[in-house]
Amino acid sequence: MKILVCISNVPDTTAKISFSGDNTQFNTTGVQYILNPYDEIALARAIELTENGKGTVTVIHVGDINSEPTIRKALAIGADDAVRVNSAPRDAYFVSSQIAHYAKEKGFDLILTGRESIDYNGSQIAAMLGELLNIPSISIVKKIDIDGSKANVVREIEGGKEILNVSLPFVASCAEGVAEPKIPNMRGIMSARTKTLDVIEAVSVDELVKFTSYSVPAPRGSVTMLLDNEVEKLVNLLHTEAKVI
Amino acid sequence: MSVLVYVENAGGKFKKSTFEVVSYAAAVSKQLNTDLIAISIGNVEQSDLSNIGNYGAKKILNVSNDQLKTFVNQAYASIIAEAAKKESASVVILSNSFTGKGLSPRVAVKLGAGLVDAAVELPKIENNVFTVKRTAFSGKAFATVELTSAIKVIALNPNSYQINESNDVAVVENFAPELNDSDFGTMVSEIVRASDKIALPDAELVVSAGRGMKGPENWAMIEELAKTLGAATACSKPISDAGWRPHEEHVGQTGIAVSPNLYIAIGISGAIQHLAGVSSSKTIVVINKDPEAPFFKVADYGIVGDAFDVVPKLIDAVKAYKAHS
Ligand SMILES: Cc1cc2nc3c(=O)[nH]c(=O)nc-3n(C[C@H](O)[C@H](O)[C@H](O)COP(=O)(O)OP(=O)(O)OC[C@H]3O[C@@H](n4cnc5c(N)ncnc54)[C@H](O)[C@@H]3O)c2cc1C
Repeated sequence: MKILVCISNVPDTTAKISFSGDNTQFNTTGVQYILNPYDEIALARAIELTENGKGTVTVIHVGDINSEPTIRKALAIGADDAVRVNSAPRDAYFVSSQIAHYAKEKGFDLILTGRESIDYNGSQIAAMLGELLNIPSISIVKKIDIDGSKANVVREIEGGKEILNVSLPFVASCAEGVAEPKIPNMRGIMSARTKTLDVIEAVSVDELVKFTSYSVPAPRGSVTMLLDNEVEKLVNLLHTEAKVI
Repeated sequence: MSVLVYVENAGGKFKKSTFEVVSYAAAVSKQLNTDLIAISIGNVEQSDLSNIGNYGAKKILNVSNDQLKTFVNQAYASIIAEAAKKESASVVILSNSFTGKGLSPRVAVKLGAGLVDAAVELPKIENNVFTVKRTAFSGKAFATVELTSAIKVIALNPNSYQINESNDVAVVENFAPELNDSDFGTMVSEIVRASDKIALPDAELVVSAGRGMKGPENWAMIEELAKTLGAATACSKPISDAGWRPHEEHVGQTGIAVSPNLYIAIGISGAIQHLAGVSSSKTIVVINKDPEAPFFKVADYGIVGDAFDVVPKLIDAVKAYKAHS
């Protein structure tokens, strides 16, 4: 089985989010980048599904050379090889188009992504890829079991879950539950250095959206502190002042 | 020209997020001086269909077909794109629900349209420039995105637009687009819904608890407080990691982002990753025994105290309030 895992390089979860250039650009000064946490889950499942010679895992990333440590990390965790499309990841449609272009005739049985990236929080890539490749896509998946050419997939819905049957190939965006993230071991880290990382150039894609500016949420008002026996007062304030109950 | 809105149902019934998205789409159609048309797929009762008029739709296309009773991502996307073409829609609007997240990207690609998901405000349309504000960096920021394509797709975050009701009815028109076998690649074999619980992503009130609760055996009071208020339950990441609560309850940067009217945080310190997913809640109440807990900095109301003492008293106070109101 051949699996493709799409990975993104995102600011560390503790990074201070600020913008420069008149709020038109994310300020990357001092920001550490990590492998997107949901992509780690997707990668872990791909490795489990191909263990013991059952297949191979390729990771693909659209981004510039600065993302290579994150790609190497994915190789250290256990991906077999990697591809980097050498271009800034302009928007979800651009990224999906690059990945679809690469994947088109490669015969992948399964394509996995994280449920969303923790920077732009777009959860668009999986479904766009499915559409561009004309194969099924299932978003926000909690479980993937493969049996021959068929799969049993659990997807999250509001207040519950949906269990689906689908034939390979398909695309799934992975959330918690699909697998536990894997930590690279020493052997993985050593071998990652010599695994193949192909760099390919981007194809041109129509620009349909443009990120024009950013802002940060307005600071919240001050807190009203109450004593631990003032619960009636709290209930009263929630009713009369906050008007939420 | 028109605006098309997809009205999602769960088990044949429209949800609150559906009324939000129709209200939002109605406002967009006003901005553009055009009509709002809705499309429903699956088996929904006629009265519920025409009721969509209350939220501003003039007409509702009804695709009722046993093959489409449960969600089929590709087929639904094809039908919505077909409807958009038939109605010459310039803007197509969906909810950014779990289902909408799978649907809107496919619809956008089919229509050659740009997509803004996680939208939180009405578009701004000035000098032919069409921009939409969306959340970014897991609630730590907003991004303004310009849609430069002729057709535009917007996926609206749940709980971010006020429902507007009137007394109109929508004309129900049956729509029977041609279905393509290759669009039925996925088949739902089972749907499991916890019927006695309020779904966290849709919840207006949320009671959330963290490591301060010491162990899963102490969640009875959290559930009781939630039940008394009519709230959904949530938790911090270590709680679901430890298996004390299911993953679906994990909120934060790597869990789900929520923006309820009321978020009550009990025994949660307020780590940056947790705050990312909850800080757009309208009102935040924090109960924590440590006066230095960072969560107090973003709270509207705070109580420094032991959860094991405060929560039972709060349950009684809410019960007393409910008995009187
Ligand atoms: C990559 C990454 C992603 C992450 N994503 C998330 C995420 O999405 N969501 C998330 O929640 N976390 C996330 N975290 C974890 C986060 O950093 C914190 O560790 C976590 O939120 C802490 O959970 P907590 O507040 O329940 O526990 P703690 O930080 O241990 O806080 C417990 C709190 O309970 C209080 N307390 C103790 N006893 C009582 C009592 N009897 N009564 C009242 N209060 C009491 C304490 O004063 C303390 O403030 C992430 C971390 C990383 C590294």
